Amino acid sequence: MSFQAVVFYVLSLVLIVAAFRVVTAKNPVHAALYLVLAFFTASGHWLLLQAEFLAIALVLVYVGAVMVLFLFVVMMLDINIEKLREGFWQHFPLAGTVALVMVAEMVLILSSPEANLAGFQAGPAVAADASNVRELGRQLYTVYLLPFEAAAVVLLVAMVAAIGITMRKRADSKYINPAEQVRVRRNDRVRMVQVQAVKPEADSASDINEQQA
Amino acid sequence: MELLQNLLGTEAGLAVWTLLKILAIVAPLMIGVAYLTLAERKVIGYMQIRIGPNRVGPKGLLQPMADGLKLLLKEIILPTRSSKGLFLIAPVLSIMPALAAWAVIPFTDSLVLANIDASLLFIMAITSMGVYGVIVAGWAGNSKYSFLGALRSSAQIVSYEISMGFALVGVLMVSGSLNLVDIVNQQGHGIGGGSALSWNWLPLFPLFLVYLISGVAETNRAPFDVAEGESEIVAGFHVEYSGMAFAVFFLAEYANMILVSALTAIMFMGGWLSPFPASWGALGASGVIWLLVKMSLVLFMFLWFRATFPRYRYDQIMRLGWKIFIPLSLVWVLVLGAWMMSPLSLWN
Repeated sequence: MSFQAVVFYVLSLVLIVAAFRVVTAKNPVHAALYLVLAFFTASGHWLLLQAEFLAIALVLVYVGAVMVLFLFVVMMLDINIEKLREGFWQHFPLAGTVALVMVAEMVLILSSPEANLAGFQAGPAVAADASNVRELGRQLYTVYLLPFEAAAVVLLVAMVAAIGITMRKRADSKYINPAEQVRVRRNDRVRMVQVQAVKPEADSASDINEQQA
Repeated sequence: MELLQNLLGTEAGLAVWTLLKILAIVAPLMIGVAYLTLAERKVIGYMQIRIGPNRVGPKGLLQPMADGLKLLLKEIILPTRSSKGLFLIAPVLSIMPALAAWAVIPFTDSLVLANIDASLLFIMAITSMGVYGVIVAGWAGNSKYSFLGALRSSAQIVSYEISMGFALVGVLMVSGSLNLVDIVNQQGHGIGGGSALSWNWLPLFPLFLVYLISGVAETNRAPFDVAEGESEIVAGFHVEYSGMAFAVFFLAEYANMILVSALTAIMFMGGWLSPFPASWGALGASGVIWLLVKMSLVLFMFLWFRATFPRYRYDQIMRLGWKIFIPLSLVWVLVLGAWMMSPLSLWN
């Protein structure tokens, strides 16, 4: 067995175990971390297919950004695991049916002669110094320029909408204008009051003088 | 290498050879980390008119060994009701990216473990994994203080990663490559025959500043070290750790500092290129020594910052990251694009 085959089987084993644990883990934080492991292992598979740009992008986007925010939310939620697991058997028949239908569909597609899985061939061999990144960039910005730009616009719209939703005025917002803070001078915050340490007691002082005399 | 391949067969020989190369990178790195801790205490000591550690060995030179030995001998305490597996795996998650990123760092144009085309992307992807160590450590310890520290610290790391990424977009625009070796070689052309004036830091000065400051924030160093604001939340995400598990977090922080300084030297300060024109003979020759000098310079600035600046308030950190650095780097990327298309372009 070649080195690549060994790596492939190890990665596949880890991927399957991780994917299974995503569904079965009791604690949602553990489930999210198993999902991270699954993404990372899948990117290893893409590296084996010599798609290094896609592999690195998967780690960069999903592992490095999306799942971090996901974990944030899952950790902050105070989830009662016991309550979540109530009624598992009650919902089992419906969930089982859905799962069975999905498995049947996948088997039908993959085993049909039209899919022609047996006739699937390996891609053409690439030269050792061929740059995956350069080729992808060239394709994206020449052949697929329009779909690429359309996808960018869709993402931009989603981003603007997300910001727009959170930008409404809130009464309990404690926003501080930093420019105002910087401009503050001593006189805006502190009032200097001249307080004499001792009350001027001119009369009593003169009394003492008289007594001494 | 040929000797090994003859002894062990082609594939096994290659594997052993690669392992030896990895060892040749990681061992000096770990020694560097140990002595960076000593350098930090000494530099800050002198800046505060103290002497710093001077008892263990001549001039205190064996202090890191003593510290390491002390931490090795301490007990690792597992908090009750913690998630044990995750608690123990978090330090590993935190040091792994700091070491793995060195696989693609070039020391000279031929001295590099893996000269891959997408090395810049690889570094960004691997270093973005570092935040998991922080989050998992904060959560698994089952402590409110460490969890708060982890949330602060990871929010900060995620925010500054974006401006760091945009700063690097500028670098890859002018070099037209994601390969770190090509990025350094590109800086060797231009004004002064490849001297310090032709490096990226001058034409990309705003991005250089953004990258340097984001690098400080990314490694959770002062003045961005709210993750361990002692006066507010004890010590941040690793408050539940003791002994060697704590030491691994410590090592990861310093290894990350060295990594960021190496990246700054490679992206903006010409890597292994000499700061003098090539016509100056031995002084103008490029070599790994220049990379080490530049890294030491950046590392010294890290220590200098810590001795100089008071800690930022948390909302100020977030404001700097999101409202100043990201727009600044975005605008500079646009300016750079226009500059490169104009007849004044320096990069043809």
